[in-house]
Amino acid sequence: MSSVRVLVGTRKGAFVLTSDGTRERWDVSGPHFGGWEIYHLKASPADPNRLYASQSSSWFGQVIQRSNDGGKTWEPAGNKFVYDGVPGTHLWYDGTPRPWEFTRVWHLEPALTDPDTVYAGIQDAALFRSTDGGRSWQELPGLRGHASAPLWQPGAGGMCLHTILLDPSHPGRIFIAISAAGVFRSDDAGKTWRPMNRGLKSEGIPDPTAEVGHCVHRIAMHRSRPDVLFMQKHWDVMRSDDAGESWHEISGNLPTDFGFPIDVHAHEPNTIYVVPIKSDSEHYLPEGKLRVYRSRTGGHEWEALTNGLPQRDCYVNVLRDAMAVDTLEPCGVYFGTSGGQVYVSADAGDRWAPIVRDLPSVVSVEVQTLP
Amino acid sequence: MIRVVLPAHLRTLARVDGEVTLDVAGPATQRSVLDALEVRYPALRGTIRDQVTHQRRAFLRFFACEQDLTHEPPDAPLPDAVAKGSEPFLVVGAMAGG
Repeated sequence: MSSVRVLVGTRKGAFVLTSDGTRERWDVSGPHFGGWEIYHLKASPADPNRLYASQSSSWFGQVIQRSNDGGKTWEPAGNKFVYDGVPGTHLWYDGTPRPWEFTRVWHLEPALTDPDTVYAGIQDAALFRSTDGGRSWQELPGLRGHASAPLWQPGAGGMCLHTILLDPSHPGRIFIAISAAGVFRSDDAGKTWRPMNRGLKSEGIPDPTAEVGHCVHRIAMHRSRPDVLFMQKHWDVMRSDDAGESWHEISGNLPTDFGFPIDVHAHEPNTIYVVPIKSDSEHYLPEGKLRVYRSRTGGHEWEALTNGLPQRDCYVNVLRDAMAVDTLEPCGVYFGTSGGQVYVSADAGDRWAPIVRDLPSVVSVEVQTLP
Repeated sequence: MIRVVLPAHLRTLARVDGEVTLDVAGPATQRSVLDALEVRYPALRGTIRDQVTHQRRAFLRFFACEQDLTHEPPDAPLPDAVAKGSEPFLVVGAMAGG
């Protein structure tokens, strides 16, 4: 029988949640790396036992951990992230130049076919790659070498490269997203990059339709249809049907179109999920209700999913990397909250149940579907 | 033999219990002790000082013999008691955060 393994990163350690395919009874292991911030854990699609974790702290900096046995044991890998060449400057919050400075790894994206190749999205925004299982890291400097890079500015959480999408149909095509620069695409395995932000409109920047400068919170794709992208922007839920060349708004009847995560159903490329948050100055749920919104039409028309979720006095947030789907039938949907709950729906969102209620604040959630 | 006391998180990362003891070639200084520590425990590279500049991480301090040595030059000799192993060299995490 199939099983699932949910990898949860929190402000105070990592947790691994496992269940059989019914997704009803769960074993919880952790905390791993207790006391450290775990921004992200992710498994290799090519080897489900190969996991990578980003472990960091303000005191001790960045550590990358690697597991070869599905998270039972871990070993520190390489943590030397050095920008290529002279780093130069980007813009600080007040518009003054500021030297690029490594802070942490926000997101780890293992390659689709090689378990030893993994990409890291870091703060200050840059893309790194390891081809030796995380022992050594090299920047893909073409991204930060883009002419617009000296004008990039941080979002409230720092200038982070938080999303990495590897296109399964076009070898060498990579999408990344940076807060607050926007989406970039490479078609040559990361050598050169183009901004992909046409159609975005952001009121918080001097030119609302600028080529770069948009606070993109998350982008998602379905692997069967990689030219269609979905985006949760600071405000606005957006869609591209041409691999990022242009975007149009699909917020439709959402109660608010501010939020962080967005994800796509494993078997229905037009079914997408978001968690609307009240506003950019109030990072909690509207009306004290935890509602996932699902569109089965690729946007515009959304339904609130509430069965099993608290519908009063709930003021948590759900961060950008804290939602995931499994590939079982029916599709499982998972998300974690700033209040330490991780919820699962084993029926594509119709009914929800907490797996755990009292973890540290959840930063990221990934799920593996295992044979 | 130099004795080094690490904060709990770094003991976990290095997979050691209690004090660490190191053989340090030449004079015992902050630099030579940290060099030897990182050779012995590669997982600690980058966690106490920057891997390229060797600048101390901002939230860490170095104490020994009831003195704060944090701002001593990295090549200044450590106290004799540390060099002889009668007193430990302490790497201390700032009491901040939660």
